Amino acid sequence: MDLRLDGVTVEAAGRTLVHDLSLDVPDGGVVGLVGPNGSGKSTALRCVYRALRPTRGAVLLGGTDTTALSLRDSARSVAALTQENGGELDFTVAETVALGRTPHLRGNAPLSARERGLCRDAMERMDVAHLADRGVLTLSGGERQRVLVARCLVQEPEVLVLDEPTNHLDVRHQVGLLSLLRATGLTVLLVLHDLNLAAAVCDRIGVLEHGRLVAAGTPTDILTAPLVKRVFGVDAEVVAHPRTGDPQLLYTVRP
Amino acid sequence: MPSTGAPPGAPTLAAPDATADPGAARPPRRLGASAATAVLVPLLAVSVLLAIGLGSAGVAPADTLRYLWAGLTGGTIRADEVPTYQIVWQLRTPRVLLAAVVGAGLGAVGVAVQAMVRNPLADPYVLGVSSGASVGAVAVGVFGLLSALGVYAVSAGAFAGALAATLLVHLLARSPLGTTPLRLVLTGVALSFGFQAVMSAIIYFTPSGEATSAVLFWSMGGFGAATWGVLPPVAATVVAGALVLRALGRPLDALALGDESAASLGVDPTRVRRVLFGLTALMTGAMVAVSGAVGFVGLVVPHVVRILVGAGHRRVLAVAPLVGAVFMVWADLAARGLVAPRELPLGTITALVGVPVFIVLLRRRGYLFGSR
Repeated sequence: MDLRLDGVTVEAAGRTLVHDLSLDVPDGGVVGLVGPNGSGKSTALRCVYRALRPTRGAVLLGGTDTTALSLRDSARSVAALTQENGGELDFTVAETVALGRTPHLRGNAPLSARERGLCRDAMERMDVAHLADRGVLTLSGGERQRVLVARCLVQEPEVLVLDEPTNHLDVRHQVGLLSLLRATGLTVLLVLHDLNLAAAVCDRIGVLEHGRLVAAGTPTDILTAPLVKRVFGVDAEVVAHPRTGDPQLLYTVRP
Repeated sequence: MPSTGAPPGAPTLAAPDATADPGAARPPRRLGASAATAVLVPLLAVSVLLAIGLGSAGVAPADTLRYLWAGLTGGTIRADEVPTYQIVWQLRTPRVLLAAVVGAGLGAVGVAVQAMVRNPLADPYVLGVSSGASVGAVAVGVFGLLSALGVYAVSAGAFAGALAATLLVHLLARSPLGTTPLRLVLTGVALSFGFQAVMSAIIYFTPSGEATSAVLFWSMGGFGAATWGVLPPVAATVVAGALVLRALGRPLDALALGDESAASLGVDPTRVRRVLFGLTALMTGAMVAVSGAVGFVGLVVPHVVRILVGAGHRRVLAVAPLVGAVFMVWADLAARGLVAPRELPLGTITALVGVPVFIVLLRRRGYLFGSR
């Protein structure tokens, strides 16, 4: 299912957080949003997973304006990893993952055998099955992040929206998660801070600055030394990955 | 590292040596809700029976049962038993049942309010319900309002005050970005102080001892005024409300993950919060109107229950009303029995028991609420 942001503008408290953002994520494509802190990346994602309503413009899901869908209906198609880290109640890992079934279940209906299987698979794929009975508040940041991704998978979405999914993850789990995203075949829109990971995983990258999309294209088109200098204010050498050819940035840290 | 080289068809984050626990996805239970219920329901029944029998005039459980049967079916009893029967049927039974109902209600509402404002220190009164009720009740008593309602005037005044106060809190806490939990709590706390000031002012300008004792009743609570007349409305409100809250178990779980996560799971946090707000205001208002503001039950019971059965709201909301009811029946028994014939304000008992229990629980390892 393809996802399209069409002229999305978000205004709050007199400020324009996102300005006329248009972006296409084709069916099965992986599109990344990058940009400095406060450039409106998370705000744009919030509009997709319906935590925020655009002031103007629309988010289209398979051609349908999401505002025409109930929150529940869009949650059956779109799963989101937000920046919230799991709340304040000490749910177990298994309980948290099972909450991914919420949009598919009526009221307090218990999980079916198939749904319990889904939870088990998702926990195994995210390497948290051994934590199933642990309270989420006892987990490390990275473990908790993997639990929340498992919750997204259990939701059986067609579109995944991820706000900094590699946060807190060690290198093995960062690479593992992004490989898994590619392999699921889902339509993915994600925010990443690590430009090298973005270059490795994304088909296309959009660059946000002060709420505006200032560049969009393939990683090779986008991740150039001048753009990185202009948007992020950082000097970087761009080299091609010796095996994949993806652009990779080398930073220089001077004393 | 293994995952980079994993075949694309079977992606997994798990290391190859990670053995999967086949029972891992089974809902884990610290204690099953059904097991807890199976213990608590008989315990509540026995507690009610004992509490009805115990007191200045002790009645054996068998006699208590006989009197209750007579009261329910209109059966006959011996003439010399009539005074005891009157005590059991007219005074103690409605009182103990009211204690059970209010305890159950405070337990359920405490869970709901803590979920609604996402704050472990919240209790049913945090949004100004009890202080609003006190103002309503004292105003009715002092100014003689609502006299057409007779003996129910004060309760009606308290109920009206409770609803007016929560409505005011709700309106003042609204903002263009929605009603945030913290804003609700802060508005509620601030307005509670305001209502207490209004009540103090009324008392100050009213030179009667009656008003002072009324304040003590509303702020400490008690079931001394229980009659068969006041029981049905509050019981119906509490039971219906608790069932609706229980049915909202999964949305409450989603809400606990955060407003954005809830929205991404198809649960509208604003709408759920509005439902919770109305429901808890009605329930608390109905309870405060007949029994004043009994403290600590609505704060402590949710935490105790989470420790027993875990944080999942479907289980917590099934068990919390039972724990609240059992606790309140015994607290009321202590309030009227410890220094008989005098009666301690109920709030002193619930606090004297509740505070140490709460402290012990918080110091227990393994109980986490919020950040470590």
